[in-house]
Amino acid sequence: MSMLTPEEWTAVTLSLKVAFWATFWSLPLAVLTAFVLARARFPSKSLLDGLVYLPLVLPKVVVGYLLLVSLGARGFLGQYLDAWFGIRLIFTTAGATVAAAVVSFPLTVNAIRLALEAVDRGLETAARTLGASRLDVFFSVTLPLMLPGVLSGALLAIASALGEFGATITFVSNVEGQTRTIPLAIYSATHMPDGDAMALRLTLVSVVLALGSLLLASLVDRRIRVMIGRG
Amino acid sequence: MIEVDLRLARPGGFALDCGFAAPGEGVTALFGRSGAGKTTIIQAVAGVVRPDTGRIVVGGEVFFDAARGIDVPIEARRVGYVFQDSRLFPHLKVEGNLRYGERRCRAVERPIRFEAVVELLGIGHLLARRPHTLSGGERQRVAIGRALLAQPRLLLMDEPLAALDEARKAEILPYLERLRDAMRLPILYVSHSLDEVLRLADTLVALRDGRQVAAGPVAQVLSRPEMLPVVGRFDLGTLLECVVARHDGDLALSSLAFAGGELRVPQVDRAIGEKVRARVRARDVAIALTKPEGVSVSNLLPAVVEEVVAQEGPYADVGLNVGGVRLAAMVTRESVARLALRPGLDVWAMVKSVAVDSRNPDFLSPGGLTAPE
Repeated sequence: MSMLTPEEWTAVTLSLKVAFWATFWSLPLAVLTAFVLARARFPSKSLLDGLVYLPLVLPKVVVGYLLLVSLGARGFLGQYLDAWFGIRLIFTTAGATVAAAVVSFPLTVNAIRLALEAVDRGLETAARTLGASRLDVFFSVTLPLMLPGVLSGALLAIASALGEFGATITFVSNVEGQTRTIPLAIYSATHMPDGDAMALRLTLVSVVLALGSLLLASLVDRRIRVMIGRG
Repeated sequence: MIEVDLRLARPGGFALDCGFAAPGEGVTALFGRSGAGKTTIIQAVAGVVRPDTGRIVVGGEVFFDAARGIDVPIEARRVGYVFQDSRLFPHLKVEGNLRYGERRCRAVERPIRFEAVVELLGIGHLLARRPHTLSGGERQRVAIGRALLAQPRLLLMDEPLAALDEARKAEILPYLERLRDAMRLPILYVSHSLDEVLRLADTLVALRDGRQVAAGPVAQVLSRPEMLPVVGRFDLGTLLECVVARHDGDLALSSLAFAGGELRVPQVDRAIGEKVRARVRARDVAIALTKPEGVSVSNLLPAVVEEVVAQEGPYADVGLNVGGVRLAAMVTRESVARLALRPGLDVWAMVKSVAVDSRNPDFLSPGGLTAPE
């Protein structure tokens, strides 16, 4: 990778780091949310449904701004994060990770929800007659059967987190080595007099990463389907 | 002992009302055409469906009692449930499926051994396979094994053969017979096939449109006139518990002894002294006032008319007493009048055809003996 300058290399590794951790931390919550949306019945469910999918349809700048006013240094939640846990999100990689997680969350939930709805509930009933509790059934039957959906959802989330721009730059700004991911680095490069080459190189990296994760997603999906006997 | 007493109503008009007690051993068949409520009953026993009111007690343990607010969760009931569609876990191999319930059971409570079940069902060569590579019959055998290894106190079987073709059915039935004879486990068996019921069941609960029509030992229930709408006029008949008396190899005939006399039947593949079930359809029993001479029918039995029930249409059901055994006959109302049949009259029963159970292929006539859909 000697084709990349150290500055570009920093942006690439930062992007991968942010995308990975954003997906890693949001995945359990996404599984839980998908489960609630697919299975539970309660009065305000359509409200939760709307809330989960909101980041998908809102302008990303609005998402970033909402994060800023809620989790920023003086935000109504952010001030306690700092005071009680010493967590600062503004201008930090942690903040960029939060922004990426929020934006990719609806895609992840949707992929997992589709996988969950495809699970034959008759199998879950069968498992219970064999002595498994509800929780046991979830981990021994439901989760393994929805695994292809969870993993392809995760890879989709990574791919979309890699491309996150609007929410990140609004929420945590454009700090090299902290929040300057590939899209932000490209944006900066286009503002520099001789940044064209850099923008082009990072664009190529973006294309390769996005394509790679999509190919990986379909490969993993196929392998697992064969593994769990649905191929 | 299994006591089931339940009522439930569903939006859309389906209502179920039944109450019966089944012995703590052997096969109790829930029999009726589709929509009769058979599956709903075993779902209620399993805890998958909650009745509106009633009580379900299995082996002294109360599973459900609406009045006392008892409703034991599915996983705590320990019933083995064999579904019509197998429901094997696609992500586990056959062995993983078999062990699923076994693992969830304390080791000290495992009287049913893995090796014994694998041997009983002949599935040893399938252990490393994935469910989707199995044939329908193999899948159903694995599903039965999986249910058994969960160490159930009761086995529920929901039309386990319904999804299989005739050849596969014939492949599995012997395993079910072995299972019934080898395990001291009560089995509730849902079926709309009279063949299966006659081969497997000791006790019969007949259902029609959510109502219980009759319940009791198979041989007693089957000849009752109220069974007519359940089995259809074509199949109404009597089940006789017989013992093989002798074989006539030259003629390829066997004699079966029962309380009311002897029946001559095509040679059966059973040793002398073995018990067999013989089935006589009501429409295959003709009645004569004097001992018939010069007829080809070889089974002539002296009988006494017990009951004559005229049905709508041309037929009448006649209950005959043959040496203490009730034999159902079906003749036309015209014949009843012509012969002046009435209770107490001495007659001769002419049995035109006898089917002998299980190993005789005639007993399993293809597509025959099935409750009308």
